[in-house]
Amino acid sequence: MNISSLISALPGATAQGLIWGIMAIGVYLTYKVLDFSDLTVDGTMATGGAVCVMLMINGTNLWVALLCSVLAGMAAGLVTGIFHTKMGIPPILSGILTQLALYSINLWIMGFKANQGINVTKYNLLVSARNVRHLGMDNPIFIMLAVTAILIVVLYWFFGTELGSSLRATGCNEQMAKAQGINVDRCKRIGLMISNGIVALSSALFAQYQGSVDVNMGRGAIVIGLAAVIISTVIFGKLFHNFGLKLMAVSIGAVLYYIVIQVVLWLGLNTNLLKLLSALVVAFFLAIPYWTKNAKNMKRSKGAKHA
Amino acid sequence: MLDLINIRKTFNPHTINEKVALNGVNLHMESGDFVTVIGGNGAGKSTILNAIAGLWPLDEGRIVIDGQDVTGLCEYKRAAFIGRVFQDPMMGTAGNMQIEENLAIAKRRGQKRGLCIGITKEERQQYKEMLATLGLGLEDRLTTKVKLLSGGQRQALTLLMATLTKPKLLLLDEHTAALDPRTAGKVLELSNRIVKEHRLMTLMVTHNMKDAIAYGNRLIMMHQGRIILDISGDEKRCLTVPVLMNEFAKASGDELATDRALLS
Repeated sequence: MNISSLISALPGATAQGLIWGIMAIGVYLTYKVLDFSDLTVDGTMATGGAVCVMLMINGTNLWVALLCSVLAGMAAGLVTGIFHTKMGIPPILSGILTQLALYSINLWIMGFKANQGINVTKYNLLVSARNVRHLGMDNPIFIMLAVTAILIVVLYWFFGTELGSSLRATGCNEQMAKAQGINVDRCKRIGLMISNGIVALSSALFAQYQGSVDVNMGRGAIVIGLAAVIISTVIFGKLFHNFGLKLMAVSIGAVLYYIVIQVVLWLGLNTNLLKLLSALVVAFFLAIPYWTKNAKNMKRSKGAKHA
Repeated sequence: MLDLINIRKTFNPHTINEKVALNGVNLHMESGDFVTVIGGNGAGKSTILNAIAGLWPLDEGRIVIDGQDVTGLCEYKRAAFIGRVFQDPMMGTAGNMQIEENLAIAKRRGQKRGLCIGITKEERQQYKEMLATLGLGLEDRLTTKVKLLSGGQRQALTLLMATLTKPKLLLLDEHTAALDPRTAGKVLELSNRIVKEHRLMTLMVTHNMKDAIAYGNRLIMMHQGRIILDISGDEKRCLTVPVLMNEFAKASGDELATDRALLS
């Protein structure tokens, strides 16, 4: 156990965390703002990369490829939205169905191969792991900070608009939203499209970062996203009340998640057990609000007996 | 004007839990009518309000508001014409959003919501003045999250939201039932004031016979999904609780014993 090996791994963890932080912001929008547990992201987290890599291999411009990735993600979100709002399928199942369908679609996009590489020396990529220790503007950490900042500004603006407010109202109190004339089904579809578009963007960036896209890239993405959201609420929940700051906290949460993972691996955990650990940690934190509520009720009923 | 024409609704048809909730309801209201609705549990009071609001499709009948047939419109589209306050104070407002955000959403009821800024400076000033008229001190708390307000404050706010864009019809569904008596009285007075000020056509469901008599210019009583009593004008003004109880007994027969306890 050499501390310098851990330290040398930190820039990579930070860059990865920032990229997955974009995805976590997408998860935050559905899970927290829209109150919709959207499992589509496990599929979209590979779709974005697949679209981006395949387009670029075939000569498409970087920015066009990124835009197409986002659009592909939005389409996936729309499908989940239609499953839920037009076909009456429960949220979680809607997401699972799209996610499953996306597995085939992602393979199809990638020419029925499980993975596709894209070499940073041959293509003009926005972010690459190769530059993670450069002290220059091509360092993925700087670029991701900029991308995150722009995304947060755009989202902050959007959720302050009339449409954005109606999305928030839908997630907060559907009954009230309907009574105020808001088309809640439409809001859910829009929210799912935005969220999955963001996740696909993250996916496209991550594929570039690691120089390849894998059909299993998104497996467990929802758990990583939730972990980032939970870490952010535990650490910054009391501190940040502004929507923009909350989104920033989610991004920081993702970075912290990757640093913790790095530390755990450095301590000697078998890489294959990582997902087990992630799932257990997230389950534990998701249980906390439930336990505290129960504990309060117990206290109250005890108090009543004594009275 | 509101016209309910032979409205019928049965919940869980052809099952053990079948319940005829509305059994041919006819009602005509003029603009500016303030109608109070009473009746025992399961009489169909809230159901009639939900039918008008469009929570589910009717089995039969038509609903016409100011000459426009709204029977086929879904809930959120009807909201363009209808303001609503619910029994549960949590239901009418978005708790995680600020007071001014809730008001801004209500202000755009019936309008297209696009990418314009969700709340303008002029609006804020207007909300401040409106909140001041409630006398609850909310005018200085525009950016407070609504979930931090008390039940009475939330109902007062919901009432303001329901009438911010003047609705063609206001539906009050036992909106004071969940409040303590003093707060309930305040909210009721406030409702009365707003209704009179804007001459709003209003349907108010209540459990309280005294309130039903004290407010509005017309009173209807429901029983087993039908309107069994319809009193307005001078007759309504002279109405007392015992008279109403008597009428209720006549109309509903032997169920009086249980319902008297509920209604008194």
